[in-house]
Amino acid sequence: MKLNRPQNGWSNPGYPTPATTNMETPIVTSGLKRQKGKWTRVQATHLVRRTMFGAKKEDVDALLKISRKKAIRRLLETSDAMPLPPVNNYNDDKYTDEEIPAGQTWITASKQNGMNSGRRRNSLKSWWIGLMINQDIHLREKMVLFWHNHFATEMANVDNATWLYKHNVLLREYALGNFKELVRAITMDPTMLKYLNGNNNVKKAPDENYGRELQELFTVGKGPGSHYTEDDVKAAARVLTGFRIENKVLPDAHGIFDPARHDEGDKTFSAFYGNTVIHGRKGKEAEQELDELLNMIFAQEEVSKFICRKLYRFFVYHTIDDATEQAVILPLAKTFRKGGYEIRPVLQELFSSAHFFDTGNYGGMIKSPVDYCVGLCREYGVKFPDDSDVVDEYGFWTNILGQAAAMQQNIGDPPNVAGWQAYYQAPQYDKIWINSDTLPKRNQFTDRMINNGFTRPANKKIQIDAVAFAQTLSNPGNPDALINDSIAALYMIGLPDKDKQYLKEGILLSGLQGMMSDHYWTDAWQKLADKPDDTANRKDVVAKLKKLYQYLMNLPQYQLC
Amino acid sequence: MLPAFLNGLSLKALAGSPLMHSLGRYMGDDRVLVLVQLAGGNDGINTVIPLDQYSAYMSARANIALPEDKVLRLTGADQIALHPAMTEMQQLFNNGKLGIVQAVSYPKPNFSHFRATDIWMTASDSDKVVNTGWAGRYLDDIYPHFPNNYPNEGMPDPLAIQVGSVVAGALQGPAFTMGLAISNPSNFYNLIEGKVTASSPTRAGEQLEYIQQMGLKTDQYAAVIKKAALKVTKQSDKYPAPGKNPLADQLKIVARLIAGGLKTKIYMVNTGSFDTHAKQTDDADKTTGTHANLLRRVSDAIGAFMNDLEYLQVPDKVMGITFSEFGRRIRSNASGGTDHGAAAPLFYFGHAIKGGVIGNNPVLPANATVNDNVPMQTDFRSVYTSILQNWFTLQPADVQQVLNGRFDTLAMV
Repeated sequence: MKLNRPQNGWSNPGYPTPATTNMETPIVTSGLKRQKGKWTRVQATHLVRRTMFGAKKEDVDALLKISRKKAIRRLLETSDAMPLPPVNNYNDDKYTDEEIPAGQTWITASKQNGMNSGRRRNSLKSWWIGLMINQDIHLREKMVLFWHNHFATEMANVDNATWLYKHNVLLREYALGNFKELVRAITMDPTMLKYLNGNNNVKKAPDENYGRELQELFTVGKGPGSHYTEDDVKAAARVLTGFRIENKVLPDAHGIFDPARHDEGDKTFSAFYGNTVIHGRKGKEAEQELDELLNMIFAQEEVSKFICRKLYRFFVYHTIDDATEQAVILPLAKTFRKGGYEIRPVLQELFSSAHFFDTGNYGGMIKSPVDYCVGLCREYGVKFPDDSDVVDEYGFWTNILGQAAAMQQNIGDPPNVAGWQAYYQAPQYDKIWINSDTLPKRNQFTDRMINNGFTRPANKKIQIDAVAFAQTLSNPGNPDALINDSIAALYMIGLPDKDKQYLKEGILLSGLQGMMSDHYWTDAWQKLADKPDDTANRKDVVAKLKKLYQYLMNLPQYQLC
Repeated sequence: MLPAFLNGLSLKALAGSPLMHSLGRYMGDDRVLVLVQLAGGNDGINTVIPLDQYSAYMSARANIALPEDKVLRLTGADQIALHPAMTEMQQLFNNGKLGIVQAVSYPKPNFSHFRATDIWMTASDSDKVVNTGWAGRYLDDIYPHFPNNYPNEGMPDPLAIQVGSVVAGALQGPAFTMGLAISNPSNFYNLIEGKVTASSPTRAGEQLEYIQQMGLKTDQYAAVIKKAALKVTKQSDKYPAPGKNPLADQLKIVARLIAGGLKTKIYMVNTGSFDTHAKQTDDADKTTGTHANLLRRVSDAIGAFMNDLEYLQVPDKVMGITFSEFGRRIRSNASGGTDHGAAAPLFYFGHAIKGGVIGNNPVLPANATVNDNVPMQTDFRSVYTSILQNWFTLQPADVQQVLNGRFDTLAMV
């Protein structure tokens, strides 16, 4: 299958790009020095919103109980437990899996066929979104998404759900680990071997796909500091001949090095790579040529800069101006190299920095569709069925993932090997998530979740419980506190007073004005507790809260994180 | 549904693509209704004063009673007078462009703002909880399946527009809200001038500006509203300066959109708060104070609006009513105000209505107690019935369905 190369060319990751509004892109001048001073709720909310999906109040509370330093460490700490694998949620009247009973995992299946491969892929996607929705207080799931975007592959192309599952596990295992080892593992991963044709890359007919993307997309990039040549691509392709998928036993599918397919000649690289020659070897020993290749590539400082820029764009802000390149990217890249390409120290430094916590960075990113949809579920504590009902549990996860897909982020199926444009395409970057098609869809999603939610047969439903959410706030009976606390929970930036006034008078007090009228809301809220059977009052309170949250989520501030 | 609220400018546009959709009997019917909500419960007795019972009136509310020689007399209606602040509406009444329906309420009136407002919005019985608005049900009847296949060539415009608040319950249809809300007049002007509210020069502000711009572009209704609005280049100079009278600001937009040719049938505006529990009047001069200011705002706004309709040459298309969730107590309280009451007068206005007074003065007890309330003479659903049947020419069977019942019509139009 021919890959679709991005039409618009490549962004220049290291250089400032023009803004797309009339406003000058504002500068944040603070650097990488550790953020000092009080550890505040708004800082914790900012940290959680960036490192996780949504800023769920319990998570923010948990991190506020410990120091900022410990909070960051917690987000990065070694996490041993790997999630349980996806299960058969997909039997229906058209098909029953011949091998895997309902509710059991299909990753051990010895066979796949035309009937179950698509279902298992969907099962995998739903399971994955479920992991995000149910994430622990940890960076891991966000890093899985980061690496998926970085080492982009497409499930529709790769097709084999077992391989795709293993690929997802690989990303999770290395999420906060060693990047160089990750690259090596990816090179031998069946999903990547299929997607970028490594599996077909043989000495008689080398296929340059992976050799190219390894350099252009995965390691040195194509920025101004990257000068690999077409000959480097060819030479890398020759080094990589021989790696293929061993698929005799499906659940054990893995990449192997097959010397019979390997080009044993010497491979010469350009001046960019110091004119390195990788001497060809014979037999199984030749697999070590890959390690030499990676050593050669990783000797370039550009690798560390490229990756750090990508991390910056994913976690902090889309534009990297000269000041940020000097004050943030270059030092982070140095940390990355000095740490032997361990990811944790880089993230530790970035998330601890004054730059990261600079108020100028609050709300500076547009939520990706996954942030938007999964974040909503987490922030409002939307209740999903549990593992005792996988059909509905996965079914509702599918609804959420479908919404994000409609907003142009279909996890598992990015547009092409470059990942999602919002993460790389200058000058718009994350503005790409918002257009005349996707903005209405975002609003339709939040409107739906606050009003009717999603339903499945036999009275199952997922939706926002506005009353339950209001009850998590400190003083929901006071209309000013209700509004202020809701804004603090849902937005990274504030609302002007006149807008808050409007929310109170127009929505909560139905047109009544002045402090003297506040008690109308207070009384109605109190009555909800005292007289829960008063249907008319309940209807009134619920309707007002729904309107309030619908309104708050429809304002553009809600799109920011 | 679209960005429902965009920086205070509330716009709903639709999923689905436009298709030919025949409106059948509603082709060519271009009548418009304007609903003026007086939020909080307007004190009817100090609005329409019963001239024939002045001693009972003075005795019931000495601390807020209006002097007999200051209330505004009305041509052809000797038994009533208007609050001194309502000079514009006095003139409209005298010219046959304003009518008064006395003592409007419903059986078993409710004294809670929210519940009572709900009842007026949904036209439900006092003991029933209904989730759709009366106007929403009407719109659903004449524009079925909204929003699917809307906008379309037959109805390219919003079905209803609300200026000045979130979309009210009255406009809630069975599945969807039928109304589009322009929550803030200044945002309306930003829309038609293509501006977004200036954002702060921050990273977040820059993103916000982009999102707002995208929101404006996206909204299909924004385009028709802008187009209609830009057809009107000048309006009556009777409107007060922007910001001085928020209700006038809202009605000015309504007049502009009507004259600009929108096929929108229902507009809703609101003002408040009329919840005058205390210090309803100035102590020294009872013709001034909080209530007087509120009534002057309503009167001046309606006066300017009616003048504008003539100026813009669309006078006969429009009728309007004021409504409030309840009146107030006959007897004033010790704080110089009035507490929640029951029935109260309702105004209707237009260049093609039948002016006059429908109903009689409430009978004020000689020594009103705190428990006395103005009893109902006219059910508010009769007002709605009259509008639907006689103004909008809806078939009686349909009117009954929309209002979940059969109510008498009034000689309003």
